[in-house]
Parts: sequence; C-alpha cells; structure tokens
Amino acid sequence: MTATRDPRGPLAIAGLVLVAAALLALPFALAQVGTAWVRITNLALLFALLALGLNIVVGFAGLLDLGYIAFYGVGAYVWAMLASPHFNIHLPFWVILPIGALAACIFGVLLGAPTLKLRGDYLAIVTLGFGEIVRIFLNNLSRPVNITNGPQGISRIDPVRIGELDFSTTSKFAGLAFSGPIKYYYLLLLFLVVVLIVNMRLQDSRIGRAWQAIREDEIAARAMGINTTSVKLLAFAMGASFGGIAGGMFASMQSFISPESFILVESVMVLAMVVLGGMGNIWGVVLGAVLLTFVPEILRYTVEPLQKAAFGRMIIEPEVIRMLLFGLALVLMMLFRPSGILPASVRRRG
Amino acid sequence: MDIFLQQIINGLTLGCVYAVVALGYTMVYGIIQLINFAHGEVVMIGAMVAFSVIGALMKSGMPPLLVVAIGTAVAVPACVAVAWLMERVAYRPLRTAPRLAPLITAIGISIILQHVAMMIWGRSPISFPQIIKTHNFNVGGALITNIQIAIILISFILMAGLIWLVYRTKLGVAMRATSQRQDIAGLMGIDINRVISATFVIGAALAAVAGVMIGTYYGQTQYTMGELLGLKAFCAAVLGGIGNLGGAVLGGILMGLVEALGTGYIGDLTNNWFGSNYRDVFAFVVLILVLVFRPSGLLGERVGDRA
Repeated sequence: MTATRDPRGPLAIAGLVLVAAALLALPFALAQVGTAWVRITNLALLFALLALGLNIVVGFAGLLDLGYIAFYGVGAYVWAMLASPHFNIHLPFWVILPIGALAACIFGVLLGAPTLKLRGDYLAIVTLGFGEIVRIFLNNLSRPVNITNGPQGISRIDPVRIGELDFSTTSKFAGLAFSGPIKYYYLLLLFLVVVLIVNMRLQDSRIGRAWQAIREDEIAARAMGINTTSVKLLAFAMGASFGGIAGGMFASMQSFISPESFILVESVMVLAMVVLGGMGNIWGVVLGAVLLTFVPEILRYTVEPLQKAAFGRMIIEPEVIRMLLFGLALVLMMLFRPSGILPASVRRRG
Repeated sequence: MDIFLQQIINGLTLGCVYAVVALGYTMVYGIIQLINFAHGEVVMIGAMVAFSVIGALMKSGMPPLLVVAIGTAVAVPACVAVAWLMERVAYRPLRTAPRLAPLITAIGISIILQHVAMMIWGRSPISFPQIIKTHNFNVGGALITNIQIAIILISFILMAGLIWLVYRTKLGVAMRATSQRQDIAGLMGIDINRVISATFVIGAALAAVAGVMIGTYYGQTQYTMGELLGLKAFCAAVLGGIGNLGGAVLGGILMGLVEALGTGYIGDLTNNWFGSNYRDVFAFVVLILVLVFRPSGLLGERVGDRA
C-alpha cells in the first residue's frame, strides 16, 4: 500500500496535535491529584499494550487464547532474571526487551504449533491449560536449581536505565520534576504509539487480511490459497511477543514479580478488555483497557467510603467488585453488543 | 507394592469424582457443542451449600449419615437452580451465535459465580465437617477408607442411573435425538428448549453430589475449588471422547489414576527434580497430548476439523 494524504484535512491534524498535547500534559495534571493516579494510568497503558497483543490473536485471527497471560509472565520473568540481583545479572534494557519478546514468541510457537489445527473452543481450553502449566512451573522451579525463586517471586528488579537516565528516581528537566512514574508514563506511551502503528499497519496488510479471512471462514480462506496454519501461528507468535514486551515493562516498573500476577483471572481480565472495547478494533481495545483499569480504581475510592457510611463496614470488597465487573462485562457484552463498544468495521473493498 | 496399590485406590476414588463431573461436561457438549466452562463452579456451589447445611445440622443429634444426606438433598436443588438460570440467561440467547460467544459468557459466568461464592463463604479455605467416622480397611497391604468405598459406589450408581436415563427413557431418546440434529428433532415434536434445560439440570445434580463427595474426601472447600476440578474433569471428558458418556467415565477414572500415580512416582522417576507439587500439571499434559495425537479421544467422534 502506498501512503496517501490524509483526506480529512487540517482539522484532523489540529485535533491530533491537541490530543497529543493533552496526553503529554496528562501525567502532570494527574500528579496534582496524587502519584497513585499516575501509576494507575501507567497500568492502563500497560494493559492496553497487552490487550492489543491479545487482540491480534482473538480480534484479528479469531482464535480464543485463554492462556495469554503466560506470555506476559514469560516476558516479565525474562526481564527479572536478566536484570536483578537474583542471578546477579544486570543487562541493559535494550538487550533484555528483545530477548523477552523472543522468549515469549518461542513459547507462543511452542504452544501454537501442535494445537492450532484444533477447533476454536478446544484451542481455548488448551491455551488455558498451557497458562496453568506455565504458572505451576513458575511456582515450583525453585528447586533443585533455583530458577524462578518459587512463590516468593523475584524482587529488586532493575528499573529501565537509558544512559544516565534512571526511571526509578526523580530528575529535573527544563524546570519540571519528572518523577519515576511520570517517566514510565512517557516510555509506555511511546511503546503504545509504536504498537498502535504496528497494529494499524498489520490490520490492512496482506497478513492482517488473511487473519480476518480465517476469522470469518477458515475453509473459504484456505480455498483462497491462504496457508491457514502458518498464518495462525504468526498471529500467535506476534501476540505472544507483544505480551512479552508488556511483561518486561511490568517487571521493571513494579521491581517485584511473583507467579501470583500471572494467574488465569488475569488472562480473563485482558480478554474482558478486548471483548468490552470491541474485538478486532484497535481503538476499541485501547478503550476497553483504559475503562477496565480505571473503573475498578474509581469504584475502589468511592464504594469503600460509601459502604462504610451506609452500613458501617465493608460488605463487598473492591477486589470482588473488580472481578464481578470483568465477569459482567464478558456476559453482558456477549448478550447485548457482541461486537463491543466500538465495533470493528468490516472493510468494504472495490 | 502396597504403595502402588494405595495410589491405585486413591486414583480410583478421585477418578470417580472426575468421571461424575466429566459427565456433566460431556452431556452438555454432546447436545449443544458448548464447553460449559462454569460447570466446575456448579460443583463448588454444591460443596459450599452442603457445607453450610451440614455445619448447621451437625449439633442437632441426628445420625451423621442422615445429616450428610440432607446436605446433599439441599445442594442438589441449589445447583440445579444455578445451572438452569445460567443456561436460560447466558447460553440460550446465544444458541445461534458464533461458537466463541457462549464460551466467553461461560467464562464470565464462572468468574461471577466464584466471586459471589466468595462473598457468601469467604476467601479462605473452610474445613468440611467430618461427621462420618473414618474406618480403614486393609486390602492387600493398602488402606481403603469407608468414605472412599462410598464415593466409588455412589459414583457407579450415578453413572449407571444416567446411562439408564439416556438409553432407556423417553427423555433420553429426546436428548439423543436433539444431539444428533436439533431442527429435525424439533420437527419430530421434541421441545428442544426443555431437553437442553433438562441436560443442564441433570449435569448440575451430578455436580452437586460430586461437590459433596470431594468436600468429604478432601475435608475442605474453597471458592476457587471448582476451577481446577472443572478443568481436570473437562480434560477427562476430552480424554474419553467428548460427547460420549462411556468415554467420560473411562476418561475420568484414567485421569484420576494418572494423577495419583504421577504424583506418587514423579519424584522417584526424575530423581526428585520434580515433586508432588506438579500434581496439577498432569491433567493438562494429558489434555494436550490427547488433542495433538488423538483429538477424538479414546471413544469419541472426530473433532479436529472446523473452527
């Protein structure tokens, strides 16, 4: 495809500039409310990355992956092992990130190669089983050789460092104080923009169209000459690598990881983001990730005092509300708006 | 030798419970090709309701067997109600939707049920009242408890009852007809919706009994217990050949044996590199191996082809 001039004219460009300016100013505004909100925003960006990766598998190619969090875990553990006192290895981030993505990609291919010929619902359960296996291994590979440090997890993970710039400390630049979370915000935003562009280009590429063809009708796609197995495998590998990158960022941002962060419920959460926003729609998926990160947090700050005021004690814990929200999002969206808040447009060609 | 026999006995007990749960998966799959992801949660609800009832009645002076029987008798309708509602609300409207849609609602339902149970019964494991006195019997150097014998016997009675129901009653004929070709069965005057509801209800009743059995056997329950149990039972159903009743029984028992023997011997076989903490891996490894090498399962129909 050749690059075309934006037909929407200068108004759209002005809008884009405004949005960009708002996004750039956002962390400082949030920091006025509280650093916690900057961290939550970072989490939303991270989940958006993760959901965009899952969207390639679920949204574009129509393969239900219930073990997606395993790839995130692999990325996180690769980062943790290569940049922490655990093995006393401290590699720079531009070395680890590709290794993490590659490791997750290899896991994706390992899982995909034998299972992708299965029917969709079986694939879902196998991926779920795979996710459980990865979690069990993370939990138990602490003996006889200590690889993952078991349920205690790995702590004191290095933050991202680019030259002199350390992402865990506050630095002053042009009269503004950039705290750690704010710096991570910009880094994650950069990642998100890159991944968004990659996704948009993928969607309309030959591969993207092949994925959508498989999603709509696999037999017809095969009849059109698409090598369905290898194209599906590509979706798995690509989704997994995005998961691996997000996992690495998670490890460095939190500086501590344990198998607890990579359980089935997390896979379901990312799936809920994709389903809520709109399977196959890039902006929908980002919206889903932002909504399902922020709404539970806002509820946490409102429901808790409300319950205490009304009943004198907590009736429903915020964590439970969060989970009920994910469950309801899945059920209600499927029942009443299966294509999500922002449905993917079916492109008409010709 | 006696360790081997002991693992066989333990595996058989566990396998019978898996088989009873697997029957629920396989019946629903056989009739509407849906993996009822929330079936494990129905088992959990059964165990939890029975726990509450038994706990409330245990000081009443009634004979322990009667208390357990009442507990089960309350758990069964509770599970039936949950399953009926679930089918009505989350699956029936999606019967003509793409296959993945009801699977996604099933996952949602499962999360909702889990956390509703957590609100009612709490987050931590609760110990299941052990009101039936355990007796050990010596069989060739291994021990079998009266509870294990009861679990195995009850499971076989349930399985036999189900097979009688499916192959010897009018409802069974309707179920088999519906599973073969829904629209034609409808034309023959079968009320499809009723038959599908009945399938869910029967599976849920079995699940309730399984919940009571597993609670009594392990001596504890937790709101998360249904997740892993359900998945293992589903793996068992696939191993046996999903949609096939005999397959579910065979798969369940084999899965129990694989898990017990695997857990018992993995330490010796791998020079203690891996230990019994890997017990939950076996079911999934079996699942992946079956799906790769024999997707139709031991006794089932072909499944590999279509998305």
